[in-house]
Amino acid sequence: MKIRQMQRRTKALLAVVVPLAALFVYVALRSGPLAPVSITVARVESQAVAPAVFGVGTVEARYTYKIGPTAAGRLQRLDVQVGDGVKAGQVLGEMDPVDLQERIGSQDSVLDRAQAVLGEAEARQAHAASQARRYEQLFALRTVSEEVLHVKRQDLQVADAALAAANADLARARSDGRALAAQRSNLRLLAPVGGVVTARNADPGTTIVAGQPVVEVIDPRTLWINVRLDQLNASGLRPGLPARIELRSRAGEVLAGRVQRVEPKADAVTEETLAKVVFDAMPAALPPMGELAEVTVLLPPLAPAPVVPNAALRRDAGRTGVWKLVAGGLQFTPVTLGAADLEGRVQVRSGLKPGDEVVTYSERALAATTRIRVVERIAQAQP
Amino acid sequence: MISLAGRDILHSWGKFVFTGVGLGLLIGVTLVMAGVYRGMVDDGKALLDNSGAQLWVVQRDTLGPYAESSSLPDDSYRSILAMPGVAEAANVTYLTMQVRKAGSDVRAMVVGIAPAGAAGAPGWPPYLVTGRQITRGHYEAVADIASGFRVGDRLTIRRNDYTVVGLTRRMVSTSGDPMVFVPLKDAQEAQFLKDNDAIRQDRRRTEANPDFNRPSVPGLLEAIVAARSSNAYVNAVLVTLEPGHDAEQVAESLRRWKRLTVYTRAQMEEILVGKLIATSARQIGMFLAILAAVSAAIVAFIIYTLTMDKIREIAVLKLIGTRNRTIAAMIMQQALALGVIGFVVGKIAATLSAPIFPKYVLLVPQDTVTGFLALLAICVLASVVAIRMALKVDPAEAIGG
Repeated sequence: MKIRQMQRRTKALLAVVVPLAALFVYVALRSGPLAPVSITVARVESQAVAPAVFGVGTVEARYTYKIGPTAAGRLQRLDVQVGDGVKAGQVLGEMDPVDLQERIGSQDSVLDRAQAVLGEAEARQAHAASQARRYEQLFALRTVSEEVLHVKRQDLQVADAALAAANADLARARSDGRALAAQRSNLRLLAPVGGVVTARNADPGTTIVAGQPVVEVIDPRTLWINVRLDQLNASGLRPGLPARIELRSRAGEVLAGRVQRVEPKADAVTEETLAKVVFDAMPAALPPMGELAEVTVLLPPLAPAPVVPNAALRRDAGRTGVWKLVAGGLQFTPVTLGAADLEGRVQVRSGLKPGDEVVTYSERALAATTRIRVVERIAQAQP
Repeated sequence: MISLAGRDILHSWGKFVFTGVGLGLLIGVTLVMAGVYRGMVDDGKALLDNSGAQLWVVQRDTLGPYAESSSLPDDSYRSILAMPGVAEAANVTYLTMQVRKAGSDVRAMVVGIAPAGAAGAPGWPPYLVTGRQITRGHYEAVADIASGFRVGDRLTIRRNDYTVVGLTRRMVSTSGDPMVFVPLKDAQEAQFLKDNDAIRQDRRRTEANPDFNRPSVPGLLEAIVAARSSNAYVNAVLVTLEPGHDAEQVAESLRRWKRLTVYTRAQMEEILVGKLIATSARQIGMFLAILAAVSAAIVAFIIYTLTMDKIREIAVLKLIGTRNRTIAAMIMQQALALGVIGFVVGKIAATLSAPIFPKYVLLVPQDTVTGFLALLAICVLASVVAIRMALKVDPAEAIGG
């Protein structure tokens, strides 16, 4: 009786102590610092990788026409506003001519006067010529002295010279007139091409120095994207490659384009290669200039080669490699890497062959002696 | 041979086990507190481990980049790279800030990592738990899993949106904030970039300055504004060494010829553990010491009380001529058994509750062993007091009132 009671007690005690001990062992070995590290494994496969280069750029116009006066002056009128379409040759505005109009009037009078002087000179020359002719005949008849004849001849020469001077004066006056007219028309601000006004930097009445742009005009058909690409991945970049353009204001909408040119000069300070990417078809609603655009340039696909995810690449003692699963244990294998694509797949040139199993994800840094547990997904990373 | 202690425990085992469990929870708290302390130190070390660097090059005469702010031009890595013994040199920026995600925000340390030919370069997250490493030069992020982000989430840092492409684990700052890795250029911008309103006002102030805004020099204002809104600085350059080069020697030549401050791993650890977290670590350490002392007192008190409860039975034992050694052994065995149960329960409680804590709790096996030995020592000491009381008892008490 007593023994049975004791056994019951013992059983109850065991029922408490044994699970406790089991839990203790489990806790000590499975979920503490001694626990094995969960890893996931990927098989190396031979795949074709399509590398791409990603860069950020701004929308720019290929040509920007900055229109301003060639001499300092005051702006008299400006007929266009930002956003207006303009045609080639259209007058956009005009500088204040100040006294130019009056000078043109004065020049007209000078011209009239020169013409009058010319008339006078012609009359004098005609008279001198007829006098000279007459005295030649009289001298032939020996009715006048040779001296008189010489005087008449000299008169004619003087009249000829005066006529030439009057002619030259007239030509000068005409040229001066044309020069003033040219200056007058130079005060007009003309659109060199058809396009859109993008900036209006001054309003009528403003005094402007020579060369200061008053109006900026761009040709919207020449919009392109000035892309800055990281130099590390920019090898193989060349004109004609297709590109995907995503404008910041239109996230999710991918526009097709292509590389127009790769700039021969890179940015040495920011360590970026510059390239120009044009749209295949200009978007109906033009993007504002200066808008940020994300550009992905697609490089030609490469021949299939062993590929690992870039999450599998680890660093051990200064070498880049992967942790290979060998006979249930880990072995660090240094690899040399080839091209990579933007989805994180990296070609391996040497060190691995298709079919090898490598560690992709792990809960913590690995070492050759780490106890591992291969799982489908790392527990905490589940969505 | 009948085990007197075993028989006595069996006699009132429920009470014994419950006392043990209660004791265990107390020990569990002590172990967790030790874990909090270890976790704090480990956070600092994790930061150093994860950076993958052997030398830290920082602004001259600063304790940067973790303990103090430091900035150096982002092209200084090129000249560092040319020094003998340097295998790799990578720019890095660190900025603790609020990272926003759809209405909520998370305190995180934003790390700007230099684009690298191969993942795993200094500064990069050394391992991931899901997703992939950053492949684009802009607007991608790898976040620590403790930030609560998921692959595919869109984060907002300053005015740019970033897509989370991968998650990592145990990448924390010294204060335990999860790290968010973003490309260097974006991080440089984030560190410097003010909000749009501030930029506009800044531009207006520059415009108002007649020295900068000169009508006779078109383009000057634009150039000044552009120069003022770019950031060509980083916080540190992480350096790895060629095999066979001594870290201190390379550091010394960098200090001498590049006139920058350089820290080796040991010095960096000293800065982080000895300076940055020293006060809070001492605070926790102090608390741990008090908790350990209180636990020891309670253990001693429980064992003493358990023995005092049995004082009449012990008197009877003495009356029937039991030897003192047997009585002493009984009390000591009970004390040790109590200690063992307490330790097992405490260890289980501590291990299971450790992941729930918001900050990292690191339970070091060595701490556990030390705790176990200390507990046994306390039990033995406490039982010695109880044994003295038990042996002094007068057998006559067994029959007396």
